[in-house]
Amino acid sequence: MSEEFLKINNLVVEYSSGGQIVQAVNGVDLTVKKGKTLGLVGETGAGKTTIAKSILRILPTPPAKIQKGEIFLDGEDLLKLPEKEMMKVRGNKIAMIFQDPMTALNPTMTVGDQISEVVLQHNDYTKQQAQERTIEMLELVGIASVRYMDYPHQFSGGMKQRVVIAMALACNPELILADEPTTALDVTIQAQVLDMMRELREKFNTSMILITHDLGVVAETCDDVAVIYAGEIVEYGTLAHIFRNPQHPYTLGLFGSLPKLDDDSKRLSPIHGLPPDPTNLPDGCKFAPRCPECKGECAKNPAMVEIEPGHFVRCCKFAAGQSKRGGV
Amino acid sequence: MALLEVEHLKKYFSVGAGTNHAVDDITLSIEKGHTMGVVGESGCGKSTLGRTIIRLLDATDGVVRLDGEDITYAKGKKLRELREKVSIVFQDPYSSLNPRSSVEATIKEPLQESHRYTKAQVQQRTEELMDLVGIEERLRLAYPHEMDGGRRQRVGIARALALNPQFIMCDEPVSALDVSIQAQVLNLLMDLQEQMQLTYMFVTHDLSVVRHISDDICVMYLGQLVETSPSRELFRRPLHPYTKALLSAIPSTDLDHPMQRVQLKGEITSAINPEPGCRFAARCPYACDKCRQPQVLEEVEPKHFVSCCRVKEIND
Repeated sequence: MSEEFLKINNLVVEYSSGGQIVQAVNGVDLTVKKGKTLGLVGETGAGKTTIAKSILRILPTPPAKIQKGEIFLDGEDLLKLPEKEMMKVRGNKIAMIFQDPMTALNPTMTVGDQISEVVLQHNDYTKQQAQERTIEMLELVGIASVRYMDYPHQFSGGMKQRVVIAMALACNPELILADEPTTALDVTIQAQVLDMMRELREKFNTSMILITHDLGVVAETCDDVAVIYAGEIVEYGTLAHIFRNPQHPYTLGLFGSLPKLDDDSKRLSPIHGLPPDPTNLPDGCKFAPRCPECKGECAKNPAMVEIEPGHFVRCCKFAAGQSKRGGV
Repeated sequence: MALLEVEHLKKYFSVGAGTNHAVDDITLSIEKGHTMGVVGESGCGKSTLGRTIIRLLDATDGVVRLDGEDITYAKGKKLRELREKVSIVFQDPYSSLNPRSSVEATIKEPLQESHRYTKAQVQQRTEELMDLVGIEERLRLAYPHEMDGGRRQRVGIARALALNPQFIMCDEPVSALDVSIQAQVLNLLMDLQEQMQLTYMFVTHDLSVVRHISDDICVMYLGQLVETSPSRELFRRPLHPYTKALLSAIPSTDLDHPMQRVQLKGEITSAINPEPGCRFAARCPYACDKCRQPQVLEEVEPKHFVSCCRVKEIND
């Protein structure tokens, strides 16, 4: 087993909004191994982006507040670092690729200057060296160096996303947080960008957290998968565990909601109801009100249970099942 | 008989750099009670096509017939009648509802505008519609900002259904929704179609959704139709090089059968002042000299039309 590069323990993040407390992340544990990609899957408002921003400590505080938890990067707790040290981590060790390339770039700066700004910030380079490095990065992501002096509006969506990726990779980060990097792109462009990211990752042995709601993208790029619902990890395992043997009713619901390309059945089996109101989360299992398998014991908050080596599920049916199995 | 027939429809826009051929010579027809899916990447003109068909935009050239009647240039009373027969469900349930109208007021508006119902009938029909699309009675006076995306889209669907239209243009109706909610809305649209014999045109960039809901599919590239065929046939055996690349680019959730991906070079260009030949040629792995000639949509197999001069060679 490869070493644990990033380890998150019991992370709790709350937002205060209009006097109410919104629990965005409720006790999340995550591990990313060196050189591996973890997929973080869930619906809007599940807390995916909040986790990524907590790692970089770029949550707007207030309203957000990291209440509890530890985030170890290579053995060092990021939440305890002074801000000055943290600035060296951002961009240098951890880089983030944002969802919307249209808004992640500064419209008044040329893309070349934007990338070399990052390079200058984190290295003792001269302007000349930074420019050389920038051109190297642009070529790496497939943009001709003659476009150094172009502004973001002169690029198409897919090209802008490449610029954002070039910027994220400019300082050879050891961990990339990719927040829906291809959601705003068309499928053929998405395929190009995903292939490129995969190649770059293999080349530099970078670890990555890929945040997405697209299970297809997860299947093609990730090694491990965490399914998140209402701020909690409900299922965690390797790609094969989640895709071949999904166990949590929510994971099953997600797969049931997908229209399949090779299936002719006319009706989808969606998850009933709606994601819970984050200001008023149900007691016990957060998914219980929408769960087709819900029984009486769901009023208690279920613990994560390891149902096979490396495959964890947070559901009462296993909590109960395990004690029974133990008894027989 | 086909409910909707479109012949050689064109919609050009003048832009600074020249003329944008957003919809360029499109011919298609949709049978009553069927769903026609229109797919393509952003900027290929699929929404413009839909909007030109239902007269939200005026065509530059061509003919649109609904139930045998030419509606391309309908005016005055005729146009008002048309507005009752066709309707639209928009992509973004956040911006397509008036933030200052309650659910009830939004659904009532088309009924009141038609001047055919008494107050009591309007009220009754509104309740029927809310029930039909599954919006709870308690949300009657709620405003759009109080509801989630799925419910808002249901309100948009109820509004579209208010006057019993024959034809509904669905312009990316589920793209803004989460997967679990998306499945609920897709099921609703299919149930309604069955109950009311509705005819849909379903514009989307999501290929698995279009495969799920459509009987026939049109694939568009830069304003032109490159391939059209019954849905199953298209997914089983895509013939146009663009369709092949498009289908192979869908990320698959099947770990055992990953797609053999057709790699495309370059980016989608623009339809401003296009060259006469095949518009896909610049990215096409099979492009040759013949591709500089204008392409014709030919029936390669029964009901399966492809616009590519090398279709026979590359599919043998």
